[in-house]
Amino acid sequence: MSREFILGRVRSALDRKTGQVVPPPPPVWLLDTDWTLEEKLASFKEKLERLAGVVHMADSPENAREIVASLITGKTAVVSNATLLADLGITRLPGVTVAGQDSEQSRKLCAECSFGITGAAFALAQTGTLVMRANSQEARLVSLLPPLHVAVVRKEQLIVDLDELLTKIPKPVEDSSSMVLITGPSRTGDIEQILVRGVHGPGVVHVVFL
Amino acid sequence: MSIQETLQDSKLQLAIYTATGRLMDHRANAISPELLPRYQEMRQHAHDLKKHTIENLDHYMEEFEKNVIAHGGKVVFCKDATEVSDFILRLAKERGAHLFVKSKSMTSEEIDLNERMEHHGLEPVETDLGEYIIQLAHQKPYHIVAPALHMTRFQVADLFTEKLGVPREEVIEEQTMIARRVLREKFLAADIGITGANFLVADSGAVVVVENEGNARLTSSAPKIHIAVAGMEKLIPRAQDLAVMLGLLGRSATGQALTSYTSILSGPKRPGEVDGPEEFYVVLLDAGRTKLLEDPEKRESLYCIRCGACLNHCPVYRKIGGHNYPWVYSGPIGKILAPQFKGLMADPWLPFASSLCGVCAEVCPVKIDIPRVLLQLRSEITEEKQRTNQGGLERLAFKAFAWAMRRPWIYEWGGMMGAGLLGNGGRWISELPIAPGPVKAWLSQRHLPAPAVRSFREQWRARRTK
Amino acid sequence: MAKSVSLFVTCLVDQLFPPVGLAMAEVLERIGYSIDFRQAQTCCGQPAFNSGHREPARDVARYFLDTFEDAEFVVVASGSCCSMISHHYADLFGSDSKMMDRVHAMEAKTYEFSRFLLDVAQVDDVGARLNRVATYHDSCHALRELGIKKGPRQLLSKVEGLELREMPVAEECCGFGGTFSVKFAELSGAMANTKIESIKQTGADLVVSIDSSCLMQLEGTMRKQGLPISTMHLAEVLASR
Repeated sequence: MSREFILGRVRSALDRKTGQVVPPPPPVWLLDTDWTLEEKLASFKEKLERLAGVVHMADSPENAREIVASLITGKTAVVSNATLLADLGITRLPGVTVAGQDSEQSRKLCAECSFGITGAAFALAQTGTLVMRANSQEARLVSLLPPLHVAVVRKEQLIVDLDELLTKIPKPVEDSSSMVLITGPSRTGDIEQILVRGVHGPGVVHVVFL
Repeated sequence: MSIQETLQDSKLQLAIYTATGRLMDHRANAISPELLPRYQEMRQHAHDLKKHTIENLDHYMEEFEKNVIAHGGKVVFCKDATEVSDFILRLAKERGAHLFVKSKSMTSEEIDLNERMEHHGLEPVETDLGEYIIQLAHQKPYHIVAPALHMTRFQVADLFTEKLGVPREEVIEEQTMIARRVLREKFLAADIGITGANFLVADSGAVVVVENEGNARLTSSAPKIHIAVAGMEKLIPRAQDLAVMLGLLGRSATGQALTSYTSILSGPKRPGEVDGPEEFYVVLLDAGRTKLLEDPEKRESLYCIRCGACLNHCPVYRKIGGHNYPWVYSGPIGKILAPQFKGLMADPWLPFASSLCGVCAEVCPVKIDIPRVLLQLRSEITEEKQRTNQGGLERLAFKAFAWAMRRPWIYEWGGMMGAGLLGNGGRWISELPIAPGPVKAWLSQRHLPAPAVRSFREQWRARRTK
Repeated sequence: MAKSVSLFVTCLVDQLFPPVGLAMAEVLERIGYSIDFRQAQTCCGQPAFNSGHREPARDVARYFLDTFEDAEFVVVASGSCCSMISHHYADLFGSDSKMMDRVHAMEAKTYEFSRFLLDVAQVDDVGARLNRVATYHDSCHALRELGIKKGPRQLLSKVEGLELREMPVAEECCGFGGTFSVKFAELSGAMANTKIESIKQTGADLVVSIDSSCLMQLEGTMRKQGLPISTMHLAEVLASR
C-alpha cells in the first residue's frame, strides 16, 4: 500500500509534519448578483437558445402539461419520479412511462425511449444551465440516454449563477452522489471542429418554465 | 512526422493554425472585459488557490480521502503506472470485468493505461469522439482538449471503414452518429467506467469531470463500477472554489462559461437513489509528482488545469503540432512537464525549442510563469551537461562571450572582425562547402543584415571629435 | 542645464544597426537631453542567460551594473534587453542581497526608449515627419514583460505623414528568440513567415518595432523573399524629419 509512502514523500517535499496545521486558504470567491425574475428568465432563454436549446414559458400547470404533450406527441418518453411531473399529470400522458425505483428497469426504459422528461433542482440564468441531483426522484440516466431531454422547472428554482448555487449548496454531494450541471445539448467538435449535437447525450434540450 | 515534415505539410499547417486560431478567438470573446470584467482578479485568485493547495497537499489529500470514504467510496494511492494497472487488473479479476469504457483523461494517457490493460487481455474503449478516433488509429492525442485536431474527415472515413467495417462515410454528422451507435452499445455493456478528473474537491470528497459530449456522464453512471484516475495535484480545497475554477477552465479551453456537462460526483449511489455505480474508486496518482513538489520554484508547474490555452496560443505549437513533442503533454506546458517527469536529459532540446515569447504565461488561467520555468530548466540542463562533460564547445563559447563582454576593446575588435566577415550580407558563408552550422541554419531562412561598416561607438567617437 | 541620459545601445545596435543608436541620441537631444555614451558598455548578458549559461550571464550582468552604476537614467534601445535588466537580473542574483540592492537600483532607472520618452520626458510629439505606410510589430518581451503596447503607437501617431495600419496578429512572435533562430532555424523561419503574411495584409511598406532583433529577423526573411517592405526602429522613425 503506497498511501503512507506517498503522503510521507509529499510531506518531506513540502517540509511539513504529519497533521501540521494548514494556514487558511484564500477566502471563497462567490459573487452575489441580484437579478429580478424577468432578468433571470430573459438571460436563461438567451443563453440556452444560443446553444440551440428551446425555452417554453407555461402560464399554468395545464399549459405546462400541454407543452410537454405536444413535444412528445407520437413518441415514447421516460419520465423521472419527480413529484412535480406527477402533479402536473405528465406521467399520465400517452406514450409515457415512469422511470420507477428499479435501476435495471429505469435504465432499460431510458435506453429505449425518445424523450427523457425530468424536473431540475435548479436552473442557472447566467449560463442557461440545468442543475440535476441524483436521488429517488431523479435517476441519472433519464436526462442522459434518450436523444431528447425535456426539463420542467418552477420559476422559483431559477437562480442567477453557479456562485449563487454554491452559496445555497456549499457541499453539492453531501446528500446525493451526483450533481450534474447541464448547459445545452450534448455536443462535439472533434472532427475538423465541426459542431455536431447529440453525440452521446441528448442532442435536443427543452426547458419548460412554470 | 518530424518537425520539418510538419512544417512542409501545408494542409496540416492550415488545419492546426485554423483550429487553434478558432479556440483563441473563443477564449478572447469569453474573457472580454464586457463579459468578464474581473478576469485578471479571477486568475490571481485561482493561482493563489492552487498555490495554497499544492503547498499543503498532504492535508488536502487526507481530507479528500476522509470524505470519499464517508460517502462510501475508496481512495487508492498509486505511486506509479504499474500500481494503477495492478489495482485495475485485480479489481477486474475479482469482479469478472472485461469491458471498460473510458472518458478522456490525460492522466490515463500519461501512464499508458490502455496499453497496459490491453496487454492483460482487458478491453478499454475510449468514448470521447476524438479519443476514440485516436485509439482506433493507435496514436497519441494531438492536443490536450482536441485530441484528433490533426485528422480530416477523410482520414476518419478511412479509419472507420477499416476498423469498424462500416461503409465509407465522409459526412461528419454521420461519422459522429456511427461513433454514437458503436459506443452506446459499449456503454450499456461495460463492466467498469474509468474517467479522469478535472478537479478533486477536498471538503466534499468529490470528483469533478468537465465535458461536452456526455460520454463522461455515461462512463461514470452506466457501469456498476466507476474509477476516477487523477493526479494528486488536481485537488482544490472547497466545492465553493469550483465557481472560479470552472469559470476559468471552460473559458480558457473553449470559450465556454460552462461546458455542456459538469459532473460533481462522490461515492457510489446512495440509499434511495435510482441509478449510479455500486462501487466508486479514486486513484490518486503520484508518478513523479512528489519529485516535482520538491522544487519550490518549479512546483507551480503542478497548478496546471489542462485547459490547453497555452497550446492554442503558442507560435511553436501552432507550427509543429502536437506529435513532435516527446510526451503526451504538448505545447508550452508539455515543455515544462516532460523534463520534470521524464528526466531532464530525456529530451534536452525541448526547453530550448521556444522563442520565449511569453504568450503562454499571458493566457494561463492559473498564471503559471512557463517562460521562467523554461529558463530554469535550460540552466539545469547546461549544468547537467557540464557535470557529465557534454556541450563543452557551447560552454566555452559562452565563457569566451562573458570574457569578451567585460573587455570593451576585445568586444570592439571582435565586432570589427565580424563586420568584415559579414560584408556582402554573409552570403559567401552559405556558399562555403563546409559552412559553420549555425550561420548556415540562419541563412537557410533569411539574409543577414547588411553590415555596419563602422560600429555605433566608432561613429559616436567621430561625431564627438567633430 | 540639460538633463543627462546614459544610452545603452545594446550590442546588436552597436555592431549591426548603428543608425538606430544615432537616431535615438538625436531624438533625445532634440527634446533637450544631453547624451552620455559610455564606451565601456557591451552587452546585457541575455544570450548567455537565455541559453541556460547563468554563470557567464552573471559576469556580464555584474559588468553592466558596474558600467552604469552612477547613471541617472539608462535608456535602452531594445525592449528585450531592457527586460533582461529590469526583470531577469533579479533571477540571476536572487540569493545575494547586496547584489539585489544594486539590481533594484538599476531596475528603477532603466527605461526602454519609447517608455522613457512618454513616462520621463513626457513627450509624445518629437516633431518627426515621414511619408510612409507603416505597421507596428509588438516585440514579445516589451509587450509581455514590460507591458509596452500603446506607447509606441502613440508616438507613431504623432509622426507627420505617417499612416499606421494595425496588422491582424501584431502580438504574435516573429520567431527570432535569439539562439532559438539558429537551433530551430526552419521553425523560426516558419514563424517569421506567418508574421510576414500578416504584415503583407496591411499593405504597409514599413515595419516598425522597438527591437532591432525582431526587425533583423523580419527584414532578413522579407529580403530573402524579395518583398518590397523595409523595417525601421522606432527611434529611426522619430528621428526622421
